[in-house]
Amino acid sequence: MKKFTLPLLLLAFAVLLAAPMAFKSYGLYLLTYWLVFIIAIMGLNLTIGYAGQKSLGHAAFFGIGAYTVAIMMKAGLSFWLGLPAAALLCFVVWLVFRNEEWLTGGTFGLNNIARPQLFGLSLEGNLAYYYFVLAITLLLGGLLWGLLRSPWGKAFTALRDNPIRAESLGIDIRRYTLLSFAIGAAYAGVAGALFASLVQFIDPAPFAIASSIMMYLMVVLGGPGYFLGPVLGSAVGVVLPEWLRFAQGWYLFVFGSAVVLLMIWLPDGLLSIPDRFKARKQARQASAARAASAQAAAKGAQA
Amino acid sequence: MTHPHHHDRPQGVPVLKVTDLRKAYGAIQAVGGVSFEVRPGEIFGVIGPNGSGKTTLFNSMLGQITPDSGKIELNGEDVTQLEPLELNRRGVGRTFQTLQVFGKMTVRDNLIVAAQEHQGSMFSRLFAPSDSGLGDKADALIDQFRIRHVADKKAGELSYGQQKLVDIAMAFMSEPDLVLLDEPCAGVNPSLVGGISSLLKELNRNPRIGKKSSFVVIEHNMDFVMDLCHRIMVMVEGQVMAIGTPDEIRANKQVLDAYLGS
Repeated sequence: MKKFTLPLLLLAFAVLLAAPMAFKSYGLYLLTYWLVFIIAIMGLNLTIGYAGQKSLGHAAFFGIGAYTVAIMMKAGLSFWLGLPAAALLCFVVWLVFRNEEWLTGGTFGLNNIARPQLFGLSLEGNLAYYYFVLAITLLLGGLLWGLLRSPWGKAFTALRDNPIRAESLGIDIRRYTLLSFAIGAAYAGVAGALFASLVQFIDPAPFAIASSIMMYLMVVLGGPGYFLGPVLGSAVGVVLPEWLRFAQGWYLFVFGSAVVLLMIWLPDGLLSIPDRFKARKQARQASAARAASAQAAAKGAQA
Repeated sequence: MTHPHHHDRPQGVPVLKVTDLRKAYGAIQAVGGVSFEVRPGEIFGVIGPNGSGKTTLFNSMLGQITPDSGKIELNGEDVTQLEPLELNRRGVGRTFQTLQVFGKMTVRDNLIVAAQEHQGSMFSRLFAPSDSGLGDKADALIDQFRIRHVADKKAGELSYGQQKLVDIAMAFMSEPDLVLLDEPCAGVNPSLVGGISSLLKELNRNPRIGKKSSFVVIEHNMDFVMDLCHRIMVMVEGQVMAIGTPDEIRANKQVLDAYLGS
């Protein structure tokens, strides 16, 4: 983790805390939507960015989380039961949920999903719900930070950088691979649960393969293996389309072109830009040092 | 040249015992009945021309491939069918012919991750400190390998020779009983070969970290092998041609004709 990650985090936190003052209801809704995706993409970043795996099923876990909470709340159970259940289910279950219409409402979806209460405080309002989601985002961000600093984080990186060497050093690559998927899925589950309560209506459409690919793109755009990559990646994937709404159908064209250009010039994502400058500077210094020593050698030969 | 190791050649129950190992690829008998022992604290060299079965033998001992028949014992325990992961947990370390470091981690983290799975349980490691309590051990190896000045750099940013040193050091972090070194001098600048040789002797005779290890070394650099190893096995066409001290191997007429004579 980079040395400027922590100050950047604190700055982001201050901005997020103050943000609601600058936004109307829809803006607040969009901000919350963004936070929800940050959680989901943080999980996927662990799977793809840190552990080096490929996952095109992330939206399914997002969906499992959303449906778990929606169904449990419809059945009169508490959100606080639904949230851990969503995380746990996603952690444990690797199966795509079947379309049991009696339970899930089929393609018509489920509507009127309530928002939770916290210690008797209603989180019904957009502002309250925003701060609630912000708190969970920070909590899960902190947990991920701790996880990545633990020996597990090193094992994930070793698995990504060189699985054969990792195995020869006693790193159980099967278990760590599985864990990276399961933890990533649990994050998607929590995000899905928060999503269901945010939009208050869910149907199967947002959890299909196209969403999984979009989530993958968000990781790649932000910078896989960068802690703050998901913040930027989901901004580009979720917030930007809203700003570019005036462009209508052109949005996809612009977005697609941007992704292609990024893949060509910045394959490690937006957050790799500072590292690039650093590497370029080091290369310049190294070549300057080489030139100087070559010059010195040439002078020595002349003398 | 004198060989100071010969007098204190280690004795005792073999760390590694290979009995009648065979492996064929189709009609080609890559390894055709190889038997040998490696004693505690011994540096055992394996030489032979290309295609003589060294790599197949190595891969069998490392659990990368399953031999057709024969037995591999580690400290008296049958490990013939075990996978690389379990072999490592039982005390087998290795290096590879090509560089195999974790390029995006610092040198220090490369060393720490090389031993952390030997500490505690999977669950306890989630709550363990970032360096798994291995910081001092990593620093000791960093000093021993004289790579202190690059300890906090990413391994992928180092020169080839420096990465090679990190690569070798990683194999020793978990204090293995047996280390298999696959061409430790491959691609290394000649000026560094002597350094690697003395490091390995130092680790073998007087390990700064933990206990004594036995080594099996595959290497083409004959001076290196003759200088480093206590005993050497010569393989030709999947068979053992000779096993003996460097002096015995050098004096062996058959070996001279087949291999060294060129």
